[in-house]
Amino acid sequence: MADPLLKVSGLNAWYGESHILHGVDFEVGKGELVTLLGRNGAGKTTTLKAIMGIVGKRTGQIRFEGQELAGSTSDIIARAGIAYCPEERGIFSSLNVEENLMLPPVVKPGGVTVEEIYTLFPNLLERRRSQGTKLSGGEQQMLAIGRILRTGASMLLLDEPTEGLAPVIVQRIGEVIRQLKTRGFTVLLVEQNFRFAATIADRHYIVEDGRVVDMVVAADVERSIDKLHDYLGV
Amino acid sequence: MSTRNVGFLLLAVALVAPWVAYPVFLMTALCFALFACAFNLLIGYAGLMSFGHAMFFGLAGYVCGHAIKVWGWPPELAMLGGALAAGALGVVTGALAIRRQGIYFAMITLAFSQMVYFFCLQAPFTGGEDGLQGIPRSPMLGGLLPVHNDMVLYYVVLAIFLFGFGAIYRIIHSPFGQVLKAIRENEQRAVSLGYNADRYKLVAFILSATLAGLAGSLKAVVMQFATLTDVTAAMSGEVVLMALVGGIGTIFGPVVGAVIIITMQNYLAATGEWVLVIQGVIFVAIVLAFRKGIVGEIADRWRAYSAGSRK
Amino acid sequence: MFELIGIPPQALFGQLLLGLINGAFYAMLSLGLAVIFGLLNVINFTHGAQYMMGAFAAWLLLTVLGIPFWAALVLAPIIVGFTGVLIERLLLRRIYHLDHLYGFLLTFGLALIIEGVFRWKWGSSGQPYDNPIPGGVNLGFMFLPYYRGWVVIASLVICLATWYAIERTRLGAYLRAATENPTLVRAFGINVPRMITLTYAFGVGLAALAGVLAAPIQQVSALMGTNLVLVVFAVVVIGGMGSIMGSILTGFGLGLIEGLTKVAYPPASNIVIFVVMALVLLVKPAGLFGRTK
Repeated sequence: MADPLLKVSGLNAWYGESHILHGVDFEVGKGELVTLLGRNGAGKTTTLKAIMGIVGKRTGQIRFEGQELAGSTSDIIARAGIAYCPEERGIFSSLNVEENLMLPPVVKPGGVTVEEIYTLFPNLLERRRSQGTKLSGGEQQMLAIGRILRTGASMLLLDEPTEGLAPVIVQRIGEVIRQLKTRGFTVLLVEQNFRFAATIADRHYIVEDGRVVDMVVAADVERSIDKLHDYLGV
Repeated sequence: MSTRNVGFLLLAVALVAPWVAYPVFLMTALCFALFACAFNLLIGYAGLMSFGHAMFFGLAGYVCGHAIKVWGWPPELAMLGGALAAGALGVVTGALAIRRQGIYFAMITLAFSQMVYFFCLQAPFTGGEDGLQGIPRSPMLGGLLPVHNDMVLYYVVLAIFLFGFGAIYRIIHSPFGQVLKAIRENEQRAVSLGYNADRYKLVAFILSATLAGLAGSLKAVVMQFATLTDVTAAMSGEVVLMALVGGIGTIFGPVVGAVIIITMQNYLAATGEWVLVIQGVIFVAIVLAFRKGIVGEIADRWRAYSAGSRK
Repeated sequence: MFELIGIPPQALFGQLLLGLINGAFYAMLSLGLAVIFGLLNVINFTHGAQYMMGAFAAWLLLTVLGIPFWAALVLAPIIVGFTGVLIERLLLRRIYHLDHLYGFLLTFGLALIIEGVFRWKWGSSGQPYDNPIPGGVNLGFMFLPYYRGWVVIASLVICLATWYAIERTRLGAYLRAATENPTLVRAFGINVPRMITLTYAFGVGLAALAGVLAAPIQQVSALMGTNLVLVVFAVVVIGGMGSIMGSILTGFGLGLIEGLTKVAYPPASNIVIFVVMALVLLVKPAGLFGRTK
């Protein structure tokens, strides 16, 4: 790959005393949709958090658009153009839907407009005056994804967007993520649901014990299916 | 050096002290040491931060003084009365305060103590702003102990202090104390093990209040007056400071802290408002840098040292 | 003239007005305490001292520099708010990772220092501050001094503006969100540490503003905030800190209750708020508008 948008090398991360990431290396090209796969506790979520700068301590390199971010605080990283959607969704209960949607400040020009987000997720428009946490799980997930599209960030970090959702919603979220890719977003996706990931991603990195141990491109998934099952323990 | 040896050393110092230092000063220090130990029982072993302990200390002083001066009770009975009055106040305020936790608990106890302050300011038997003056040092135990003599009174005070200190030591090391510590560490787990956490907390609160009341009564007997100062929020803050300086959750910390703060006040009394400023500075310094207090820090160093020398 | 249960209406309404004014101060102070606690997790014991600093700032501006009340109303909160910036940056910032109690103790220590220094410099006795709007109007049932009426209205406006700013504006949404989950808000690109500093300064400024408003009514003295902050703690326990409007209503309501008590049974007026606190703890421990945090 010529010039990756995001290049992570030798990333180590700690929570208090416990050392979680032991030198994570991978890269994501501009416009790519890449997943991090792995078992529970392998370090996928921590990798996203370490990129965002919200772990206890981290070392290594995180280059984004040629800028080194490993020493920066999370607000600087967000302003560099990386947007983060956490696993627990992080919808604010003291804010209504629209306030949740409008919360992340615009960091770069060219974000998705509010009208487009409401077109993408019509449910949110209907319920825009409701308290954020009164939405259903699927709607909360849509809100969590929707609100980071506005900011103009070019790279989205999505942590398990399908977790705990009904199949029809999972399908809808898959469509949305595909649409985002065609709009030019670069997506780094953490997934447990391999069947979901396989339908949308360009490449998959396998994370095990705090390291990236393998990479499979979409075209090879069929051929590598046994190996993948082995990694993921399914 | 074990806790026991430190105890004997301190006891030896306490026994000879009145020949070296001014007995009234030493007695004051002992009263505050008992007060600080009572406070420490609650914060150090039940994890409950009371910011209103002056209400027990001060109210007991008034009750005890009134019983001696107006009702003519012998001092030992009056002190018991003061302590029990404080304990009764502890039942009421404790039952309400333990309904909230953490910082709210501190605010609620503080608010209650302010209520007691206003009560004492206006109640007829306290003498208002002047305080209750001229409490006679009637002989104790039916005339056996002529406590008008400072030296005699000193040893009586020391004995009562040791009684209170020993009671706290026993409480901490009893099964009850172990449950308290378990609740402090993890209340939910203790509850799931079948302990009624609220009841344990309330009992600890009442015990602490009663012992604080004993300390307040003792002070009224020693000083021969009971004053509004002892019921103020500033006094509640002072006992917190004593425990903090010495080391919260250590056996001897509050004693050391009380002696240091009382000594400091003794020397700085002439400088007026600077006493408070210095106390404020100590608060800030301890919170920022020495959260374990003097005894806590020494114990840590000692443990590290003896662990190192054993290797 | 009519009489209500044997109480002359002049006394009744006079005390109610006083109660409203005290309630205004309770509301403004508990509002600041609640906002600060929400974001910083610190119960700001220094709040009473900062209220006093507001009054002193106004008094010093007038007596030393000749700056009138109306300018002090703006300047004093800014000056005191700036000292709040220093306190947050230099001290509070170091203890956010500790138990809430340490913040309580640290700010208690600060209050002792500030009040001690003011006492040393200006003594404990009060300094008078000239009433900027002398005179009043006889409403028939009571005499209303203009300044007191103005304080009630001004503080209501300030409280409602604060409510609006927090509950209805974008900046307020940042504050509410950061109160819930500061890490995520920061990961959205908002400088949360700066927001924390400004929030503290704002809460402190609000206390100082109450102090300026109080200056012409009370004497300006080093200890004017000492007992007030303790009452405000009780107000905060009664209202619960979850709701901005709740703080405002509780503050004014308790002021009125205190005023009524002063008419009905004066000796109880000092303790009535604490009695209400005990009752609320019995019935609704989380506070009238509280969510358990």
